[in-house]
Amino acid sequence: MKFSITVTLKKDVLDPQGKVVQNTLINMGMNNLKSIRQGKHFEVEVEDKDQTLAEKKVDMMCKKLLVNLIIEDYKITKI
Amino acid sequence: MKSSVIVFPGSNCDRDIAVALEKMQFKNQMVWHKDTSLPKTDLIVIPGGFSYGDYLRSGAIAGKSLIIDEVIKAADEGCLVLGICNGFQILTETGLLKGTLLRNKNLKFINKDVHIKVINNQTNFSKKYKKDQILKINIAHNEGNFFTDKTHLEELTKEGLIAFKYCDEKGNVSEESNPNGSLENIAGIYNSKRNILGMMPHPERMVDELTSNKDGVNLFSSLLN
Repeated sequence: MKFSITVTLKKDVLDPQGKVVQNTLINMGMNNLKSIRQGKHFEVEVEDKDQTLAEKKVDMMCKKLLVNLIIEDYKITKI
Repeated sequence: MKSSVIVFPGSNCDRDIAVALEKMQFKNQMVWHKDTSLPKTDLIVIPGGFSYGDYLRSGAIAGKSLIIDEVIKAADEGCLVLGICNGFQILTETGLLKGTLLRNKNLKFINKDVHIKVINNQTNFSKKYKKDQILKINIAHNEGNFFTDKTHLEELTKEGLIAFKYCDEKGNVSEESNPNGSLENIAGIYNSKRNILGMMPHPERMVDELTSNKDGVNLFSSLLN
């Protein structure tokens, strides 16, 4: 079973990389651009067959290592 | 006084700190990250560098290594722990220190001598310094932008847990003297028991006039007695 995890900086945390990318796109003429937040993406495959159990495990992976909960939010999606 | 320097793959200030500790008469030993026990020690140092190539987040992988469980146990029992640069990042990833270190505000790796002010000189790490003493210490990092939540920041301020703040040569703590965007110019913090210090500047680089100055010496001599 495969899951996708998206990790982004929390709203009130400054994202200087996102800001630079945003400014560059605006300079390139993408004037309608409102905002960009840069993040990370993981694809995780687990051997479990029970989706609830598998999701629980992936959530634990996020909490214990993949995500720094002080500054980052995450979203798990089954793929 | 016995010290232990923990070595991870990618640590690159481990020998510098060992030289500084030995120069200051510490009986030092190097401890490999895969070890599962610590030798008898009064001070644990987590050195600077780029443990695991900064994969995932700076300090994240080292923060889960085998020896870290022993470091946490020793710290809980009151052993002194000093984390410098990547060591500070590792300490936040283990939870021994709260808060985190974000990418520098200007997105650049900064390697230069900066001024810092001693905010609390009443700890085992700082008692040989004067209050508000200004030190010139080298920083060399890409993720040194200290960030934490409001409650923790209040706790740091009220409880005297801020160790150092970035300032200019006259001691002014301002946005101009903040090299990396750290919250309130914070360059180093203590845990609530004050037996753990995490700091981005490198005191081990400032122990010899031949290579720099001696502004880091008093941190080590404070630890000695």
